[in-house]
Amino acid sequence: MSETEKDQLIQYLLRLADDALIIGQRLIEWSSNGPFLEEDLAISNTSLDFIGRARMFYGYAAELSGDGKTEDDFAFTRDCREFSNCLLYELPRGDFAFTYARQFFIDAFDCLFFNALQSSSDERLAAIAGKAIKESQYHLRHSSQWLFRLGDGTEESHRRLQRAIDELASFTGELFDNDELIEQLSARGIAVDIAALKPQWEAMVADTFAKAKVAMPEQIEWHQSGGRNGLHTEHLGHLLSELQFMQRAYPGLEW
Amino acid sequence: MSVDRDVITLLDHEQWLRNQSYDDKQLAPLYQLLEQVKDPEIPALSIWDMGILRSVSIDQKNAEQCADDMRQPSTASTDALIRVVITPTYSGCPAMDLIREDILSVLNNAGYQHVEVEFKLSPAWTTSWMSEEARAKMAASGIAPPETTSSDSQVIAVQCPLCGSRQTELISEFGSTACKALYRCQSCLEPFDYFKAF
Repeated sequence: MSETEKDQLIQYLLRLADDALIIGQRLIEWSSNGPFLEEDLAISNTSLDFIGRARMFYGYAAELSGDGKTEDDFAFTRDCREFSNCLLYELPRGDFAFTYARQFFIDAFDCLFFNALQSSSDERLAAIAGKAIKESQYHLRHSSQWLFRLGDGTEESHRRLQRAIDELASFTGELFDNDELIEQLSARGIAVDIAALKPQWEAMVADTFAKAKVAMPEQIEWHQSGGRNGLHTEHLGHLLSELQFMQRAYPGLEW
Repeated sequence: MSVDRDVITLLDHEQWLRNQSYDDKQLAPLYQLLEQVKDPEIPALSIWDMGILRSVSIDQKNAEQCADDMRQPSTASTDALIRVVITPTYSGCPAMDLIREDILSVLNNAGYQHVEVEFKLSPAWTTSWMSEEARAKMAASGIAPPETTSSDSQVIAVQCPLCGSRQTELISEFGSTACKALYRCQSCLEPFDYFKAF
């Protein structure tokens, strides 16, 4: 692997790791705030799967960079502009309906994405995907169940779910944006052509929405973007200030 | 991956490899020692029972160098390099670091100075690697063992580990750890943990 090829792979790994870390952090905000104990555990367990995924991607990136960096350095010492997660992941957790509407979008995407990534020519990426896909299938089952219950529940739960879906509509498009990095890496068989996953994802969403009795959001011609290039919403800084506090206050702290 | 064509087996290839390693006489003393390493969340089960322990091997080069010192040529010298390969159950399983430390301390205490613990992800861990014996131990400790081996099929009727009834209902798809779900028995009314088929 040439230096350029290695740098590209590291960049790709950091995207995947950042997505997983940021949504993991958003989910864990529900810990001890869940609507009931079992759901509290469910969200925490789901979060743990995402944090575990982030660790595997950061760990691989750290090994490749070979300059003594660790997974913790990536998670705890980079600033907003260096994070490359999609904006969808960093939006505040909102109410319970918002959390699960977003989670459903992400779980459906992850099921398709990791399924494709299992065939990556990079063996380590393929191995991580092989673990992640099993977890995401389980997550999807859980988030779909919540969509059915909220959408087909009370007037209030339906209203809130529909509101969340409409609010999120402009943020899901970024998940499917291919760019130069992805094009170069998929030419080498490493990365997934994400634009190609969109029709399948839309079909999954339409199917679940029909069962949940919620309406598809209006078709829009544009979508929010910028996360992949480090241009984030104001929410990411607040999230990082909590996530990174200990390492900022006591650099190198271990326990 | 090369599959031995002379062997017809219903086991998946990875499980077959695990069993081959486990049945290797030279490795038996090591597997016996590692039986002491338990899953911190389910202390009734060893890491072998759980399918977390994938293989143990003795670094041949290192072992040959030490051949002169070996009193029992059929087993590993304490100077040989021991490689232990483990796999996480779930990506974020917080028990992995502890399990790694337990492996090192058990083998070091038995005199093995050079031990390497390696993490291997692929093929991904599955509950189908758990032995019948492991399932029995799990049920005896009050946790319902996994019912099917498929990752996405809905479990139809989980058996209550306390009274044996199959009249049970799901309370929550997630339980006290990532690998468990919560159930309730409609016959004896007791809630119990179910180890998810994964």
